[in-house]
Amino acid sequence: MAQQPGARGLVFNEPLIFEHGRKGRAGCDVPKSEFPEIDPATVAPPSMLRGPLEGLAEVSEPEAVRHFTRLSQWNYGVDSNFYPLGSCTMKYNPKVNEAAARMEGFAGLHPLQDASTTQGALRVMYDLEKMLCEVAGMDAASLQPAAGAQGEFAGLLLIRAYHKEKGNPRKKVIIPDSGHGTNPASAALCDYAAVTLPSGPDGLIDLALLEKEMDGDTAALMLTNPNTLGMFEKNIKKVCEIVHAKGGLVYGDGANLNAVMGKARFGDMGIDVCHMNLHKTFSTPHGGGGPGSGPVLAKKILEPYLPAPRVTLRDGVYGLDFNRPKSIGALNAFWGNFGVYLRAYAYVLTMGGSGLKEASETAVLNANYILAKLRGAYHVPYEGTCMHECVLSDKFQQEHHVSTLDIAKGLIDRGFHPPTIYFPLIVKGAMMIEPTETESMETMDTFIAAMKEIADVAKTDPESLAAAPVTAKVKRLDETQAARQPDLRYRR
Amino acid sequence: MRYLPLTSEEKSAMLGAIGVAAVDDLFTAIPADIRFKGNWNLPAPMGEQPLLAHLKELARQNRPATSAPTFLGAGAYNHFIPSAVDQLISRSEFYTSYTPYQPEISQGTLQAIYEWQSYVCSLFNMEVANASMYDGASALAEAALMACRVTRKEEIVISNCVHPRWRQVARSYTENRGIGLQVSADHVAGRSEAASLEKLITAHTAAVVVQSPNFFGNVEDLKAIGELCRAKNVLFIVAVAEAASLGFLAPPGDFGADIVVGEGQSLGIPMSFGGPYVGMFATREKHMRQMPGRLCGRTVDKDGRPGFVLTLSAREQHIRREKATSNICSNQALCALTATIYLTLMGKQGFADTAKNCFYAAAELRRRMRPTHRHPFFNEILVELNQPAVEVNGRLAEQGIIGGYDVSRDYPDMKNKMLLAVTELTTKQDMDRLIEAGGA
Repeated sequence: MAQQPGARGLVFNEPLIFEHGRKGRAGCDVPKSEFPEIDPATVAPPSMLRGPLEGLAEVSEPEAVRHFTRLSQWNYGVDSNFYPLGSCTMKYNPKVNEAAARMEGFAGLHPLQDASTTQGALRVMYDLEKMLCEVAGMDAASLQPAAGAQGEFAGLLLIRAYHKEKGNPRKKVIIPDSGHGTNPASAALCDYAAVTLPSGPDGLIDLALLEKEMDGDTAALMLTNPNTLGMFEKNIKKVCEIVHAKGGLVYGDGANLNAVMGKARFGDMGIDVCHMNLHKTFSTPHGGGGPGSGPVLAKKILEPYLPAPRVTLRDGVYGLDFNRPKSIGALNAFWGNFGVYLRAYAYVLTMGGSGLKEASETAVLNANYILAKLRGAYHVPYEGTCMHECVLSDKFQQEHHVSTLDIAKGLIDRGFHPPTIYFPLIVKGAMMIEPTETESMETMDTFIAAMKEIADVAKTDPESLAAAPVTAKVKRLDETQAARQPDLRYRR
Repeated sequence: MRYLPLTSEEKSAMLGAIGVAAVDDLFTAIPADIRFKGNWNLPAPMGEQPLLAHLKELARQNRPATSAPTFLGAGAYNHFIPSAVDQLISRSEFYTSYTPYQPEISQGTLQAIYEWQSYVCSLFNMEVANASMYDGASALAEAALMACRVTRKEEIVISNCVHPRWRQVARSYTENRGIGLQVSADHVAGRSEAASLEKLITAHTAAVVVQSPNFFGNVEDLKAIGELCRAKNVLFIVAVAEAASLGFLAPPGDFGADIVVGEGQSLGIPMSFGGPYVGMFATREKHMRQMPGRLCGRTVDKDGRPGFVLTLSAREQHIRREKATSNICSNQALCALTATIYLTLMGKQGFADTAKNCFYAAAELRRRMRPTHRHPFFNEILVELNQPAVEVNGRLAEQGIIGGYDVSRDYPDMKNKMLLAVTELTTKQDMDRLIEAGGA
């Protein structure tokens, strides 16, 4: 068996930044102003002016740099090792994308500059919209939503605007029980009641149940395809027909797009509007929680309602069109997370159409390889092949009082980021493994070996898993105390 | 393809292990009639070298405000960014990690969030802050929704001196929930008058919203408006679009604000054509459980050592689903880290001195131009012109100068005026050239 990647390394204890430094120290040299230093009290009463800035650090540049470098060493990233976090598509974040976003010609642009001075940036947006539409089989797109959840919100607003114009915004949105929590939360934000649709025994949408639930009050069905069990909704066309027959629309959550690029397109399935996560499928880094980007893409019937402004191309000149009378309006102060668009643009150009297809094929191959290798050691709640992620459960390990959480923490000690755990909610003790296409076979083999070893240890030495992790910076943390006695900021 | 490691031999071996003959056999769940067979209208793969050449060419077609004398603000500002900031956020353990769901291997991100929350509380003088929102505008929208949750009322009074686009975002978030936005008409005076806001307050009002410095660069009388809110028993929401002002002006918390939101772009984040930026969000402890977004808390591990976790997540969508306080999941974590590093480097003195330098530049600009209003200010001034702003800006552009914002785009009755922003990067020469070339 190959050596496990996890090893001990030297990390440093590092206090809060507020516990560092000395009075009078600074990490910057602010030059003296060229302008007359007039007394602020001549233009504003003292009560409007800031006293001494309490709560900011007083450290030199080397101290600041060492502080954050040490913090970074306590983190696990895609660049550290395998990160099979299901539904999050933690693929490699290409370095050329970072270079693109840092070019001064892009990073130095003020969003309100005249369009004549931002033609290159507008072209990136215009072309990226077109390329994403091609991937999804959709007619029009807005890149503006800042993350997947805002993309869902935008998409549902389009649906609401569409129904409203027809005279009735309708009252509810149907969401399968395997859906992400953002789905019902986004529906609520649009003032729709979220109706949960229980999955059928095969893990897919139950057509009879959908038929029963679908009525003239239903604005939309919101689904993820492939769904969060890693299975393709093979009846998707019929599903869309049922919804459309009652005048409803179908929303596609693009969280799992990485499974089907070049294989199937939302538009061709009958889906009316969807979002994509550039920070998943299109390789942009997740940054420890963001920024993401969640473009919304729609069929022609919904185009008039897309967020404003739209990027336009007229007579070879790019512009921003704010005159969109039917638009759902603005979602961000400006035009969304442009720095993320650049990274996604660089990624699509690097991969090309053939590369994106190969990415999806490889992602699916990898997930099935892991599933095939772990079947037997772990319970597989839904049989058959999977798409780009596979779902296992802790059913076998529970016999030895070892839980999914213990397995996850055991993986940490072996040098792996755990899969997504306890999601989807419909599988008890779920572990959702998404390897992505950017992992080598050796890496997956070491992960498989670690998972098998954990399954063995669960039988022979379950206590060691209950104690895991022991090699990380900290052991398991007391979440109950964190919630009961919230300590959310430093106090001197 | 350099991002895809599998060799064809490995693929064959893996297919063997799975027990299928070809990769396509793994896609049989996709019915034939929706299988994509068409010709994809996407470009062929491009190597790194031609890609970089192409990107440089596109970048060259832009004229970035960072390399020209610029007076554009209105919600995004050209401040100095210390070199160490980008070096540190480029540590890939930071930027290639996901949301810190596994705290034992995410302590770096978590401690940084805790430091960020502490900084936001200090800058705003508030009691509790979250891990970030998408930007200042969406933070304001979420504040409006939260105020309605807290008070169980459904109207928001908002000054029309709040950034126009932020108000539009607030409308996108609130209008379908039956929440009414009552907008004041204070723009001519250039400042929100307590009396004009008071007229809009009814028994249904959840909160009053003002921005300070406001869209015109004028500092609001937060004391008077705060007193009005307390007298009327409505929540007081303050928005800060220029975070650098927090080094110069008294924090909103001093005036009894219940929720304070802000745009953190000025804290070390490039303007980057509008994003990604970072929304700041803070409130009082008593409203903590009604906050949107993630919160990081300090706790201890099994051995009693200090550590950090995401906490109070019963408010959030992955637990509460449709009853969550917000649908937000991904936020702007790396931008919050950027701002945390920036604030650490600037420090107590540097942040205040930088803010003062912005103010000195603005005071000089104001002295040399014709300001529309006579209110206290920080770094943005609305000035009078002899002709439409668009014409003056055209003339400035010919000289390679990026002029100010034409407020008539949002306030049609405010003609022949321009909103000019300066920062610590504005030089005397820039200002001379503006005044000379603008001829206004």
